[in-house]
Amino acid sequence: MKTKTVRRRASDSHRRPAKFWQLRLYVTGQTPKSLTAFSNLKKICESYLKGRYRITVIDLLEQPQLAKGDQILAIPTVVRKLPKPVRIIIGNLSDTDHLLVGLDLRLAD
Amino acid sequence: MKNNSSKSTSLAVRLPKCPTGIQGLDEITGGGLPRGRPTLVCGGAGCGKTLLAVEFLVRGAVQFGEPGVFMAFEETEAELKANVASLGFDLAGLVRRKKIVIDYVHIERSEVQESGEYDLEGLFVRLNHAIDSIGAKRVVLDTLEALFASLPNEAILRAELRRLFRWLKEKGVTAVITAERGRDQLTRHGLEEYVSDCVILLDHRVYEQIATRNLRVVKYRGALHGTNEFPFLIGAEGISVLPITSLGLNHKISSERIATGIPRLDAMLGGRGFFRGSSILLTGTPGTGKTIVAANFAQAACRRGERTLFFSFEESPNQIIRNMHSIGLRLEPLIKRGLLRFHAARPSLYGLEMHLATMFNEIASFQPRVVIVDPITSLMDAGTASECKGMVTRLVDYLKAGQVTTLFTSLTQDNHALQQSEAAMSSLMDSWLLLQDFEGNGERNRVLYVLKARGMAHSNQIREFLISDHGIDLVDAYIGPSGVLTGSARAAQEALEKAAVLASQQEAAQLKREVERKRAALKRQISGLRSDYETEAVELRRIAEQVGTRTFVLGTEQAASGILRQADIKVAAITQKKPRHGKGN
Repeated sequence: MKTKTVRRRASDSHRRPAKFWQLRLYVTGQTPKSLTAFSNLKKICESYLKGRYRITVIDLLEQPQLAKGDQILAIPTVVRKLPKPVRIIIGNLSDTDHLLVGLDLRLAD
Repeated sequence: MKNNSSKSTSLAVRLPKCPTGIQGLDEITGGGLPRGRPTLVCGGAGCGKTLLAVEFLVRGAVQFGEPGVFMAFEETEAELKANVASLGFDLAGLVRRKKIVIDYVHIERSEVQESGEYDLEGLFVRLNHAIDSIGAKRVVLDTLEALFASLPNEAILRAELRRLFRWLKEKGVTAVITAERGRDQLTRHGLEEYVSDCVILLDHRVYEQIATRNLRVVKYRGALHGTNEFPFLIGAEGISVLPITSLGLNHKISSERIATGIPRLDAMLGGRGFFRGSSILLTGTPGTGKTIVAANFAQAACRRGERTLFFSFEESPNQIIRNMHSIGLRLEPLIKRGLLRFHAARPSLYGLEMHLATMFNEIASFQPRVVIVDPITSLMDAGTASECKGMVTRLVDYLKAGQVTTLFTSLTQDNHALQQSEAAMSSLMDSWLLLQDFEGNGERNRVLYVLKARGMAHSNQIREFLISDHGIDLVDAYIGPSGVLTGSARAAQEALEKAAVLASQQEAAQLKREVERKRAALKRQISGLRSDYETEAVELRRIAEQVGTRTFVLGTEQAASGILRQADIKVAAITQKKPRHGKGN
């Protein structure tokens, strides 16, 4: 899987710039778990953060040196870089409740 | 396939080893850790797991040209570098020179939310990247078990760990995995289940306030190994496991003899002193001169040009030098010439294994031919009896392997009874000299005898041991009907004997004179008698002549008158003459 940046900017992004979400998804190649994780993450983001998030997918097979920075062990891992504080969710994100708790979206909405 | 299996069996017979470079560990394991396989090092907190792992990597990189990866789950890179720098490992330098990669892996459980399935591919990627970046041959995973605290799903973790160890084997790296000691099992989370090739257990025990670290190879698949617990210590140059000795009794034996420095003692030992490379025990009660004998021995060795190492556990070197000076033994020149070296330490300073290791280090660096341990009994206080015997055995083995002659002094409390520890220790010794006090007549005198001397004819006699300004002298003790006499009693006895001899000599001389006198008197008497006889004989002859003459004259006169008278008077003259003649005879 190529590293790709998915940008979704909604028209209302300028109203709440502080709440812009920056997410990183760490994967190792196009494994079923990675694909599931990506689609799950995208689904949640679309429904909760439409237009104010950015998902960066990092393939560790291509850039293994990046694993150290975010202390990646488990794959797949989602790192919420923004808003602070940094939050980490591991797994294929099939458990939506846990994902929402992990991303701290449940309280936000 | 067949080819492959035969190859694997031949490999199993001679398992390739990966030398650790850690002093002693390679000897115990017969060459090192199993190459290309993971080794589990487990032990409680503070027993040196991390250090062992670091040393394995550092020595690998420095001595064996094998770069390594250190994956730290507990300490950060900076902490680790600082911690091992105190042991002389330049981890930071090795990292700069790309010999070692340190990867600090850390997950805070509270920061991690689990959602659905995952695996630890990230760890694999990191490890793989680290290994490939420097071409590492060695890997350390320092307390992998920390993951159990960070990751909530144990089932996934266990499956992944199993995969990890398999992956490490496939990768062909020699790995050391450290783990905490568990209560009922070797490790807290049962890692031994996954790492089955080699398991090393470290242990830290405190007995009577003295801590001892121990190392044991619990398991080593496909290789012979020492199964005992071996004490080890963390010294200035990292870990050293003891012993460094061979596991068998196959020392080279020398029949060379070396002098003791006391000629009379040499004479007691078959005239030529101790065997080179033998171990000698010198026991004695306090103040019997053990150190003096030892110092004499040291001096004799130095005079032969042999380096001598003197371990003193009671006195400071300067004190020994001063004291020996008082008996005319000058040690400072020998020290200045580099032939004699002192190593002094209080026995309670540290545990036995530390003493042993420092002794080994000293011996290894100084390379002496003669070693003196004064006294070995002080070390006994630093450990239990069995530990001590073990230690002395190791020391003796080590020294014998290097053909180093060793003199151990040993302090006994009682005057006669040999102590348990000594009896146990004496079996390790080749020669055993005993110094003892004899008390009596208000004085104390020292005696020395040879209790045993393997492989040589030796004197069975007690010698009195005299210490004077000129050094040591051994004198025959007086052994007679009144027992063993020493000191002034011996001198008195000797004087008494001398007097008795003198008296009898005088008596004999007098007798001789008497006889002489008698003989002379007799001689005189004889000569007197003889002269008497001679006078008488002369007288007799004279008388006989007179009688003869008279008879002749008379005869002539009678004949003349006979002629005048008639002839038959002649007959009467003869008959008259006969009795006269007989009387004269």
